[in-house]
Amino acid sequence: MAVRRLAPDDIQPKSFAFSPENEIFAQEQIAKYPPGRQASAVIPLLWRAQEQTGGWLPRKAIEAIAVRLDMPDIRVLEVATFYTMFNLDPVGKHFIQFCGTTPCALRGAGEIKKILERRVGEQSHVSADGNFSWLEVECLGACCNAPMVQINHDYYEDLAPENFEKLLDDLAAGRPVKPGPQSGRRSSEPADAVKTLTDPALYDGSVVGAWRKRFEEEAIKAVETGEAANATATAAANPKPAKPDAGRAIGTESADTPAKRVKEGDAPVSAAERKDAADQTRASVDQTSKGAVPTPQSDKSYGATPSKPGSGQATPDAPTTPVAGTPPSDAPARRDGSESKPDVVVDPTKKPS
Amino acid sequence: MLQDRDRIFTNLYGLQSPDLAAAKMRGNWDGTKFLLEKGRDWIIDEMKKSGLRGRGGAGFPTGMKWSFMPKQSDGRPSYLVVNADESEPGTCKDREIMRHDPHLLIEGCLIASFAMNANAAYIYIRGEYVAERYALQKAIDEAYEARLIGQDNIHGFPFELYLHHGAGAYICGEETALLESLEGKKGMPRLKPPFPANMGLYGCPTTVNNVESIAVAGTILRRGASWFSAIGRPNNVGTKLFCVSGHVEKPCNVEEAMGLTFRELIDTHCGGIRGGWDNLLAVIPGGSSVPCVPAHEIMDAYMDFDTLRNLKSGLGTAAVIVMDKSTDIVRAITRISYFYKHESCGQCTPCREGTGWMWRVLTRMSEGRAQRREIDMLLEVSTQIEGHTICALGDAAAWPVQGLIRHFRHEIEKRIDDYAANPHSESVMLAAE
Repeated sequence: MAVRRLAPDDIQPKSFAFSPENEIFAQEQIAKYPPGRQASAVIPLLWRAQEQTGGWLPRKAIEAIAVRLDMPDIRVLEVATFYTMFNLDPVGKHFIQFCGTTPCALRGAGEIKKILERRVGEQSHVSADGNFSWLEVECLGACCNAPMVQINHDYYEDLAPENFEKLLDDLAAGRPVKPGPQSGRRSSEPADAVKTLTDPALYDGSVVGAWRKRFEEEAIKAVETGEAANATATAAANPKPAKPDAGRAIGTESADTPAKRVKEGDAPVSAAERKDAADQTRASVDQTSKGAVPTPQSDKSYGATPSKPGSGQATPDAPTTPVAGTPPSDAPARRDGSESKPDVVVDPTKKPS
Repeated sequence: MLQDRDRIFTNLYGLQSPDLAAAKMRGNWDGTKFLLEKGRDWIIDEMKKSGLRGRGGAGFPTGMKWSFMPKQSDGRPSYLVVNADESEPGTCKDREIMRHDPHLLIEGCLIASFAMNANAAYIYIRGEYVAERYALQKAIDEAYEARLIGQDNIHGFPFELYLHHGAGAYICGEETALLESLEGKKGMPRLKPPFPANMGLYGCPTTVNNVESIAVAGTILRRGASWFSAIGRPNNVGTKLFCVSGHVEKPCNVEEAMGLTFRELIDTHCGGIRGGWDNLLAVIPGGSSVPCVPAHEIMDAYMDFDTLRNLKSGLGTAAVIVMDKSTDIVRAITRISYFYKHESCGQCTPCREGTGWMWRVLTRMSEGRAQRREIDMLLEVSTQIEGHTICALGDAAAWPVQGLIRHFRHEIEKRIDDYAANPHSESVMLAAE
């Protein structure tokens, strides 16, 4: 906090108006903010007014901006006194803001301050010729180039007593000066010892697009995992039988189906024949034959199942007809649903209701 | 040392042109549309996975901050505000980004705004950076010209980017003070809650991010969260701009991996400590707000958030202020105390009155004109400031003083004893409590 007051009345100008180009600037600034939020432009406008009046803010400028932005005078006045970049008193033609904060102080800002006191005089006072005034300010954010000063808009960095004296001489004589580091450094690189950013591949355009490989690889991976996922989904929808054919004749080429027999030129089994075939009393095979026992679909046994694994079940490459000599249309043809229900005895005489 | 190909800021020193054409050759604006097409959730998720912690000082995870923004607008627009009010003593990294690598920042603004569904963003640059403001505005104009941003841009996401400047108030680096300032008021921090993600700029959802956090976003998304998070140490990943100032042979900015040791950082890039390692007195490792660390503790410490926090300091903005044995440490900290006195906004009494009080007592102590029991009194007062203010400036003012007393109490005592041993006409004062 610092107490900051407006300049005394006797040096305040009687009026203030933006120059035409600054009026355009003001309109551009106000356009940056949503309608009704023109107050946001107060800092840029105050700054521009300060530029126009030669580096300081008179009362009339504050009032004019309040009117321009439709703000109460006090709201603009409090902004002007809060922010330390607004000078409320006249400054020299070359206004030197000297950074005195610790990082600069460690690098010898004290010497620079002594030069300013000797050559320009007391802080916040314009020199007799009107050329200079200086102010100690807080960190200006160029600490790797300490010590430094800001003169009007420009930073002058890497100062030492000799080059700073010369800088002041040049400014006083109106000679051109070079902003930035006064030591020959370009910016904030380590002086004469840049070990980084030396790889020419960074600058020849070879980095452009190099990163896309990652996404291409990911995309390929995504496609692969996508296929795998599809396959899993299919499998879930159509689960494979636990065993290749689980003892059922239909699963293999040698299966005996009406369709196959028709294809081979055989006559379809007539309903009467089928009925006869289903008649267990007329079975030509011994009822104790394994082939006649309905086999479970899986080898998990929940009922009367063959005691030996594999017995009663066809192996994939073996003929599925259970017992040689059994007519194809006989026992395995019982495809009425009872084959998976060992205890169910189909009554051939009973009609489905 | 970090490989050149793993550096994000490839024009840090301005040895190349900052123009759009040259920036594109360096890989800026490369496939931005492709990244945006991956979607909002992918961007935020990737930022979270990268482990990027905010580069403005507090180290809050950036991806998480972005995810706080409302997914569906309730009619209010959302805003991204980039905090380029770089004023922490010792810190000068954002300046280099804005004048030398501005397109990284502009591209980052577009990506971050897209991820947060903000069609407008403001960059708040400190007022003193006049040349940097013009450089950045030039780059923004180039981006508009090339239709990279704007209402009808090639990325298909209408986006306006505005540059706003401040006028020399450190406190405007605090996010709510920055929003107040952007609204045209004095930069006085707001009470939280409501947090800016709910009620920020103009009462609309707003996220405030540091320049460096935003500028690294494009490269992280391009090269992948896994690339970024593989650099550094767990929970402290990625690359970071270090600003080394003070008593080193060659002060500089440099981008390095987080978690390299202090010794590596200084020996590799800064030509060593002035007068050799035996001449090191203390280091302020993260900008003036963090307590100093004495030489023997910092020498081989990892430069990352967690290690430095365990040393009762912090990485802050990674502004490393090195002090050798020629330093008058009490005066150095007194000057920092003056800085906080000068920059206190005056809203909260403990800070407004306390910063000035601490500075006045420290000024006397640096000359020895004090009583030994005032040291404990000073420590006590600093703890009364810390944590009792709206924003963190009170804490930031108290911590350097606490660090000084913690590590250099003997130095203050010696000075007081020396002064008392010599006859003086003026009586030694005692601070009023």
